[in-house]
Amino acid sequence: MGARSDRVSGSVTPGARATRRRFLQGLGLLGAAGAPFGSFAAALNTIDTGDGVTLAAGPRQLVRYPGKRPLIRVTTRPPHLETPFGVFNEGPITANDAFFVRYHLANIPLSIDTDTYRLAVKGLVKSPLSLSLQDLKALADPVEVVAVNQCSGNSRGFSSPRVFGAQLANGAMGNARWLGVPLHKVLEKAGVIPGAQQVTFNGLDTPVLPTTPDFRKALELEHAMSPEPLLAWSMNGEDIPHLNGYPLKLVVPGYFGTYWVKHIAEIEVIDHTFAGQDAFFMTTAYRLPDNACNCVAPGTVPEKTRPIATLPVRSFLTSVRNGDVLKAGVDTELKGIAFDGGAGIKSVDVSLDGGRSWRAATLGKNLGRFSFREWRLPTRFERRGTAVLQVRASNQKGEVQPERADWNPAGYRRHVIESTTVTIS
Amino acid sequence: MIQHIVRMSCVVVVSCYTLLGQVDAATRTIELPPETAQLKPSPLAGYSIAREKCGICHSLDYVLYQPPQMSQAQWTAEVQKMQRNYGAPLDAEEIRLLGIYLAVVYGDASSVSASDRQVNP
Repeated sequence: MGARSDRVSGSVTPGARATRRRFLQGLGLLGAAGAPFGSFAAALNTIDTGDGVTLAAGPRQLVRYPGKRPLIRVTTRPPHLETPFGVFNEGPITANDAFFVRYHLANIPLSIDTDTYRLAVKGLVKSPLSLSLQDLKALADPVEVVAVNQCSGNSRGFSSPRVFGAQLANGAMGNARWLGVPLHKVLEKAGVIPGAQQVTFNGLDTPVLPTTPDFRKALELEHAMSPEPLLAWSMNGEDIPHLNGYPLKLVVPGYFGTYWVKHIAEIEVIDHTFAGQDAFFMTTAYRLPDNACNCVAPGTVPEKTRPIATLPVRSFLTSVRNGDVLKAGVDTELKGIAFDGGAGIKSVDVSLDGGRSWRAATLGKNLGRFSFREWRLPTRFERRGTAVLQVRASNQKGEVQPERADWNPAGYRRHVIESTTVTIS
Repeated sequence: MIQHIVRMSCVVVVSCYTLLGQVDAATRTIELPPETAQLKPSPLAGYSIAREKCGICHSLDYVLYQPPQMSQAQWTAEVQKMQRNYGAPLDAEEIRLLGIYLAVVYGDASSVSASDRQVNP
């Protein structure tokens, strides 16, 4: 990825800039011609900014934002950037400059002064707090967790029938080492008063219009007081990138990214289920059908919904992409990642024949139950022609990825067994 | 757009430190790349409404990067959602006209009736 990043970074002479511009325009044309799949060389250049996702007026482009290598533009304002899928083959930890970015409201904090930055803890607490970053770092022993942050709408562009919303391919996810103080330590310091039911979280981003709901999230008190949620200031050993929530981010291991509030500035303990205009992203958005499969018949409306919560078990092949050409009669290693909501990955199986037969892959190092788990499978393709490769993970609770994609109106929580079609020559 | 990618390469995260060089007094500021997405011109009334209203809260690539082939009913419901859920300043007639423009230009034009497609009914 480094070499690719260099193509659009650094200071360049006007001549070189024009050359690079032509180069990138060529890539744009490649995408416009509707050829998201191609040889390895083509994949390297286009980085699958289409990835098979069609758009009303595409294709999506690579764009460079502060602190980020070129990422796929989902939207400009507020910024929404997707990680090119090739990044997930680099290793189980997603680099900070490659990590996806997602905001909901256009007034995002562009300037942050850590001298004046405070985290307020208020509501049903004995002692309301106003904590500086220094206060927070001194409040308890820091804790580290490796955890996947996956957008609820990751892979929405593959929803069938299609639904409105950010038309994401599979790159709205990432896995990082988060360092911070457990949320419950902060709540204990403030002293939660009996009768409390939920804890709400608000970051520094605000809506453009007063009629638009603020972006606030809530966790049940029991969850907030559990060991998992962190108030994190460090990501992969560095300050959290500005666009990922600098200087402080709520990390909710095992839960979808919608709960991972960025630039967190306000925590409030309440004695009811969060309600009102600013509870919109709990009460109306980010909800799933309230049934066993969290799904409904395509095109229909669920009778009852509930807030989206934990990550279902999911896996990807990362070393081979759709349309790749692989050599027959040569030792080949397939590689990828698997993850779930915290039970931990139990096994990963790979099929080279479109799901007729399955072989167990070898799991890589265990970085913790909330982390990406690498898997590898040495193999050798003997028969020439088209092959459909599939990958299927199961977790320690016995949950297995389904063969067919289910559907919900917002296109959340996709977790079907992935298929990759390649040519063996 | 491409020029903007290159231009963005010059934007960096700026850290300001005190004269003592202590790292605890830091303001970090970022600059975002400019918006480039434009709506496709159309003689339909919804085009000027879209130019006036859609960009208040979000860049116009929100429109461009939706799925193709959405129907008039689907686009109208989506605009209705902008008004009902996000408080967009749109009245019923504006929502109707936006639904027509968006379906004709970005969606399934055949889902729009001939009378709705009339520029000057």
